[in-house]
Amino acid sequence: MNEKRYPPGDLAIWIFILAELLVFAIFFASYAFTRASHVELFNIHQLQLDTDIALVNTLALITSSYFVVRAVKAISVGKRSECVKWLLGAIFMGLIFLVVKSVEYAHHYSNGINLRTNLFYMFYFSLTFFHYMHVIMGVVILSVVTYKGYSGGYSAAEHTGIETGASYWHMVDLVWLILFPLVYVMR
Amino acid sequence: MKFESQKVAMPYFIAAIGLFVGQILFGLIIGLQYVVGDFLFPEIPFNVARMVHTNLLIVWLLFGFMGAAYYLVPEETETELHSPKLAILMFWVFLVAGALTILGYLLVPYAGLAQMTGNELLPTMGREFLEQPTITKIGIVIVALAFLFNIGMTVLKGRKTVVSLVLFIGLVGLAVFFLFSFYNPDNLVKDKFYWWWVVHLWVEGVWELIMGSILAFVLIKTTGVDREIIEKWLYIIIAMTLITGIVGTGHHYYWIGTPEYWQWWGSIFSALEPIPFFMMTVFAFNMVNKRRRNHPNQAAVLWALGTAVMAFLGAGVWGFMHTLAPVNYYTHGTQITAAHGHMAFYGAYVMIVLAMISYSMPLMRGRKAANSNKSQVMEMWSFWLMTISMVFITLFLTGAGILQTWLQRFTETPQPFMVVQDQVSLFYWMREIAGVFFLIGLVVYIASFFVGGEEATESKARSSV
Repeated sequence: MNEKRYPPGDLAIWIFILAELLVFAIFFASYAFTRASHVELFNIHQLQLDTDIALVNTLALITSSYFVVRAVKAISVGKRSECVKWLLGAIFMGLIFLVVKSVEYAHHYSNGINLRTNLFYMFYFSLTFFHYMHVIMGVVILSVVTYKGYSGGYSAAEHTGIETGASYWHMVDLVWLILFPLVYVMR
Repeated sequence: MKFESQKVAMPYFIAAIGLFVGQILFGLIIGLQYVVGDFLFPEIPFNVARMVHTNLLIVWLLFGFMGAAYYLVPEETETELHSPKLAILMFWVFLVAGALTILGYLLVPYAGLAQMTGNELLPTMGREFLEQPTITKIGIVIVALAFLFNIGMTVLKGRKTVVSLVLFIGLVGLAVFFLFSFYNPDNLVKDKFYWWWVVHLWVEGVWELIMGSILAFVLIKTTGVDREIIEKWLYIIIAMTLITGIVGTGHHYYWIGTPEYWQWWGSIFSALEPIPFFMMTVFAFNMVNKRRRNHPNQAAVLWALGTAVMAFLGAGVWGFMHTLAPVNYYTHGTQITAAHGHMAFYGAYVMIVLAMISYSMPLMRGRKAANSNKSQVMEMWSFWLMTISMVFITLFLTGAGILQTWLQRFTETPQPFMVVQDQVSLFYWMREIAGVFFLIGLVVYIASFFVGGEEATESKARSSV
């Protein structure tokens, strides 16, 4: 077993994660700087967002990250079927996030709110939708890894693929943990 | 060369180089017309010569890409090309159609050409880079379909590698996005909006996939590094290309009448477009450092490294320079754009095609691995001549662009376009001189094909490297 290997997973995914974080970082910085000169506008429209539903989504993502951790733990001691169950749980929570977020988008849409409404909503839609696409990507990656795990592709000795998928999923989760307070809560 | 059918790449490469020469000659003509306005007037007016310069570039790069695909795909899939005859037939169709189009540009007034070719039935002419008569465009689609069919059938029946799949996806994308050249709405905003789907999504989207896969192929062959490692890099590079490049189209939507959010989207995503190019540079140097062999074709390795560096500088750095909306507000459509265009096209697409030609041509001409040392030295000279000339062309145009932006747009007392053009003419003269050196480099490049001598041999790679 190679438990002390660092970073976990494939090095390539880390290069990718860093590049992705850079994109989000620039987006967050643009949001912050723009907000600084439009505090009033941002505050008014931020109040229109549903914090409760976003909190549900935050819990969904944190829970799924926890499930992914359990999946990695399980495979590292060779418990293959347990690992697959945890991964399925993580995918399920990811799907809950997507459904809830879609309902939220539908709600905005029916109220006639879109990208062009104002600067705040422009950022709101851009940031959350870019993240939404990453959740989809993460679910796809986790599904591929789950399938390979189900068909016996991983073992206690070799499970780089699961660590790779887990690393990406944690990144998606982490970005939301910044996005949620930044866009929904902080004022 | 492992498969006989790979040889169909040869006419494609020869035609590519021939048209390249034409492109450079017309480049020199318009470069001179910048400073001697009535040079060759009225025989070859500036607008016609410019059209020939840019259209030849696109056509010869397409010849290069097709040749590269015909060479690369059989080797990757480990099977003969589906139909070498179809490839040769399409070569002639494309060459004749291309030649007729260029002759049409030169011999007939553009409006007359439009009338002759029945443009009013399906009007697609008159837009920058897509000036080809509609029948030529239809011809391009037919050639592209036949080409994709040929390559696709070969991929289907043989081994499927990441390199050939990425190349195929890039080529399909190239064909699909070209279809938007047939969409020509009356609304000028919409027209420009979709025009960029051809222009931008080619060079900052699918062409990068083509470039990445050809680079990966040349590196696998010349360094002997494990395919698995190279493929992993290719995956990350194309993922970053698509993430940044697709929404990055927004940097063309700042001032054409599209909604304001494009200024944000365009700025943020296109600011990150240098990343995949930077990754390509790191990738190329890393693989060469990790090489398991010292391939005798050092000229090909030089082109491969050169394209990675110059693409990063030309497309990445020079693109970033004017990609942010607040900067672009002042610089759009100035010589800064021309500077970027020159170095990006040369670095990314000219050099990758030349890298592929450099690697494959000696093999197609019956060598075991490489040309003679003497021929390679000459080729390397041409590499440096053309590359350094292009650096200077870019720098002079950048100088002209900065001055132009300042005098025409940024100062308290802006001056008219033509008044400013007179004031930056020194830069145009220097650019023209650099252009002459580029042509000399190109002549040396062609001459290197005719240098014989004993074939260079493989030197054992030092295991400590």
